[in-house]
Amino acid sequence: MSEGVVGTTATPLAAGRAGGLVRRQWPWLATLAFALVVPWFFFDWTTGRHSGFVVAMLSQIGIMIIFSLSYNMLMGQAGLLSFGHAVLLGLGGYVTAHVVTASKAGGLPLPLEITPLVGGLGGLFFAILLGYFATKQRATAFAMITLGIGELVTACALMFQTFFGGEGGVSTNRMTGHSLFGLSYSGSIQVYYLIVGWTAISIVLMLLLTRTPLGRMANACRDNFERAQFVGYDPRLVRFFQFALSGFFAGIAGALYTLTYEIVTYDTVSAPMSANALLMTYIGGVGAFAGPVIGAVLIVLLQSWVSLLSNSWLVYAGVLFILMVTFAPGGIAGLVQMHGPIWRAGRLGRLAGPYLRLLPPALLVMLGFVLVIELCSFLTIGAAQGKSLTVGHVTIDPRGTVPWIAAALLLGAGGLWLRAAMRGFAAAWSAVTDEIKAAGARV
Amino acid sequence: MEVLLVSLLNGLVYGMLLFMLASGLTLIFSMMGVLNFAHASMYMLGAYFAYSVSRLIGFWPALVVAPILCGVLGALIEMYALRRVHRNGHIAELLFTVGLAFIIEKSVQMAWGLLPVPYRVPPVLDRALFHVYGSNFHAYRGFMLLISVLMFFAIWLLLTRTRIGLVIQAALTHPEMVGALGHNVPRVFTIVFAGGSVLAGLAGVIGGNYLVTEPSMAATMGPIVFVVVVFGGLGSLAGCFIASLIMGLVQTFAVVLDVSFADLLARLGVTVTSSTPLAELLTIPLPRVGALLPYLMLVLVLLIKPRGLMGTRDT
Repeated sequence: MSEGVVGTTATPLAAGRAGGLVRRQWPWLATLAFALVVPWFFFDWTTGRHSGFVVAMLSQIGIMIIFSLSYNMLMGQAGLLSFGHAVLLGLGGYVTAHVVTASKAGGLPLPLEITPLVGGLGGLFFAILLGYFATKQRATAFAMITLGIGELVTACALMFQTFFGGEGGVSTNRMTGHSLFGLSYSGSIQVYYLIVGWTAISIVLMLLLTRTPLGRMANACRDNFERAQFVGYDPRLVRFFQFALSGFFAGIAGALYTLTYEIVTYDTVSAPMSANALLMTYIGGVGAFAGPVIGAVLIVLLQSWVSLLSNSWLVYAGVLFILMVTFAPGGIAGLVQMHGPIWRAGRLGRLAGPYLRLLPPALLVMLGFVLVIELCSFLTIGAAQGKSLTVGHVTIDPRGTVPWIAAALLLGAGGLWLRAAMRGFAAAWSAVTDEIKAAGARV
Repeated sequence: MEVLLVSLLNGLVYGMLLFMLASGLTLIFSMMGVLNFAHASMYMLGAYFAYSVSRLIGFWPALVVAPILCGVLGALIEMYALRRVHRNGHIAELLFTVGLAFIIEKSVQMAWGLLPVPYRVPPVLDRALFHVYGSNFHAYRGFMLLISVLMFFAIWLLLTRTRIGLVIQAALTHPEMVGALGHNVPRVFTIVFAGGSVLAGLAGVIGGNYLVTEPSMAATMGPIVFVVVVFGGLGSLAGCFIASLIMGLVQTFAVVLDVSFADLLARLGVTVTSSTPLAELLTIPLPRVGALLPYLMLVLVLLIKPRGLMGTRDT
């Protein structure tokens, strides 16, 4: 791997100089400002209430941002592929549930704002415990150990009543009456702002961690662990520290999960949750620090909206995932980074035309594909659930031949058109990059 | 005693079924370095194909047709998708198979529905083969054992007595060297991937009606097969065979033996009550821990012997 893969830029953080900070980190600050105001776009002034769906979705996004960023501390920054990252999220959540319940009972007057820290410490504790074993190995052996640990903990969560609550999980009540700011946390909007706060803190901490010697050595061990050994570092220790700290942040995400839903079940430690982390991180892009953030936002949005519209959301997620793995291994962040040099050379406008020409055939193929999937799905699952496929006011009969022919035509014609357009786009792309290279050579 | 014998036979049947799945996976994993998460999906597809085909032309043709369909699908996946992803590295390949497993599971749900399908044992074999101490040994289990033993010998002969088998064996441990000697390694990859899919499909055909044919069967079988492959060790079919049998026997016996630590302690004169520390852990009966044992074994073996039981290469 070349140094180009190392995601974060090496610019030192300009602490104390607010102007420099704003100039350098404006995308983060803009995102934060947007996150603060966005619930008010969906505020219903007649009832004086926030849209429950939107606030729930935004909270989910915040939690998943922390979770996927903590996953990327392993996968992207240390090159450790984990199949059991949800274990750390879930255990942090369980710890939080018990602490909040104790706090409610009056045992310890812990302000609710601080409980995510407790969840994080819980995650850290279990990460130290499990990481001691898991980080003895690297690469595939590490992946298999984490897979085993994930299945083990899931089985334990179903088996033991006292700590995990068995199949029913552990429920709690976040209205403990202890708050730093005198808030009751009865409404989900208050929890949302708590999540925004902790997400911001976690992002800053994780960003700073990538600039510490530990973060740098994690990158080194990822790229060439033997060389890292020669420099005098113990790769196992680096892996262990990285794993433990990643567990801390996953625990924070788990604590926020507990505060949002007021219940933790075995789902939080199980394999689908771990797969979710993988999906978000990889689609967002492992090579850049901000990649998992993009992935988390995108996947939660898709999950919330597409799963409302369609039964087959997992097919779309799977296809998106396969397309990313095949054509854009750098994820969305990687795609954006590819445009960096062109943008700096001021030639991004040249690509606008080719991109626009790609759009219609791509939409046709997408439409055809969605039609095929939905027709199949309504033929079996939809029929079993007694639903019918309606677009607007038109009901489509999946047993008729017309929709199938239409789907086949869309897919076939769109596919051929897309191939031609792709060729044109590739030509335009290489022309622009060649030009930039030539200009760079002249300078 | 009779429990022991019947469980031994059942464990053997289950272990051989596992081996049929794991042998293909271990070949793919060792040669191509791809942890194929879609391997168990091929097993599921085999069962569903067999169900559909057997409704049309009967079980016996399905026994041949369904694995071939899986093999063709496997070859297509390798040639047109996996080879392209190969350029993006091993992690990308692995993630590709994860996505593929997703899609196959949902496609199966869309094509055959969410509920288990009535894929049944053929009537000829739906009877008791012989009696052991008053309990029946089902004829279909005997048939499964027969098929898996035949398959075991077929693989063994193919790998040790044919030219392509020798090339595959060589490529297990030294893929670059085999390529340097002028063999078409990509074609060998395709053959191995298709062959592994055929085996997985065959396991699905004979396992689908023995267990249950449902959309979640890949997700339940997948991790166990992984455990077997890693436990047995990379690049070693013998290790894979032993691991399959161990896993089959362990899982079968864990279900049968209804004991817990508390019973063990009771023998030693210590009674466990609800006030004893760790009482919950001590009173869990073994059948409930059964599903957990493979993973415990996996973690332990990887910690002590990272190469697995008889592995010749690092994972």
